[in-house]
Amino acid sequence: MTAMCDVAFLLLTFFILATKQKPPEVLAVTPPSSVSSKAVPDKSIMFTMTKEGKVFLMLGDETKKGDILENINLTKALNLSQAEMAKWKKEEFIGVPLNMVKSSLNRADKIPATQLPGIPNDSTNNELVDWVRSITNVYAGGNQRDLEQMLMVKGDNDALYPIFKNVKMAFKKNEIYKFRIVTNSEAVPIGSELYKQAISGDKND
Amino acid sequence: MAEIDTSSGGGHKKGPGVKKAKKLSTRVDLTPMVDLGFLLLTFFVFTTTMSQATAMNMNEPKEDKDQILKVKNSGAMTILLGKGDQVYYYFGQLEADKLSEEFKSTSFKEIRQLIVDKKKATPIDDLMYIIKSDSKSTFKNSIDILDEMSICGVPPGHYAEVDITPAEQELIRQTEIANGIQ
Repeated sequence: MTAMCDVAFLLLTFFILATKQKPPEVLAVTPPSSVSSKAVPDKSIMFTMTKEGKVFLMLGDETKKGDILENINLTKALNLSQAEMAKWKKEEFIGVPLNMVKSSLNRADKIPATQLPGIPNDSTNNELVDWVRSITNVYAGGNQRDLEQMLMVKGDNDALYPIFKNVKMAFKKNEIYKFRIVTNSEAVPIGSELYKQAISGDKND
Repeated sequence: MAEIDTSSGGGHKKGPGVKKAKKLSTRVDLTPMVDLGFLLLTFFVFTTTMSQATAMNMNEPKEDKDQILKVKNSGAMTILLGKGDQVYYYFGQLEADKLSEEFKSTSFKEIRQLIVDKKKATPIDDLMYIIKSDSKSTFKNSIDILDEMSICGVPPGHYAEVDITPAEQELIRQTEIANGIQ
């Protein structure tokens, strides 16, 4: 009895400590799976596409977040005051069109995440292009590869292809040709070419 | 388990009127604690998600109008993604008089074999998979097909995503109607 009790509590402690508390997900997104085994970096600039076709932007790099927001404030003439900028920096993600930023910051009540309109991304008014431009402006001079490693696109399984295409378009217009997709890891199917490569020790990148 | 000796140290006799204090056992019943322990343990075992989010690299071609990729018809396989997780494909180029024979529909389950077969039958230099997504296909489809490419060991540079043409969209529509895909 004592031994069993010991083991049980040991396991319990292990699982409690090992369980990484997921950051509260405001946007419910089920990403597709892939055989890729690279881990998602902690610091990332994440474009999230929801089922409904809305796009949200999360600026995960706290050191540059303020600069990016400042940059878009200037380039798109949003005329935000210092107080509004400070408030904006505290926002977890961006999910409103640029012309709504000011009014949404001055609202007394916060719009629930599910009711946010998302960043406009259709071909006539693709504000993602402006966002990516500001991001590249801020990271300009640094290592391009570092930025590419940080740019992530996360999408719901049921998001339609045109939305994804618009996101890709925003990158391309800013001469970014490499980015990453957030996926769930999946085992390599046994017997497939990749499986054979992995067995024979070939590096697949 | 450790026990505490509760018996009084000195063996002095109590008077006749003094009632002897009942010796209480210090052994605590551990069952509820163990129950709780296992309950929490099972909870954490089940809720821990082992699947970690991973990142897949995407390389987009540089848009360069002068450098249009020349693909040999013999080595090209065009894969089209439609709605309802449907996959369509054809080899080489579509010829107007043989549309129904060349334009075939399949599923994600079968496409892997087709990709592998094509890869085996074609010299590697000529091999090219052209992926086209219909506007009704999902993000999952796009990622799945790229994943399929890496599963089949198709080297980078031998597959590319290309915009769908109106003619192909029309073909997909017709096939969907014929197959009753909602």
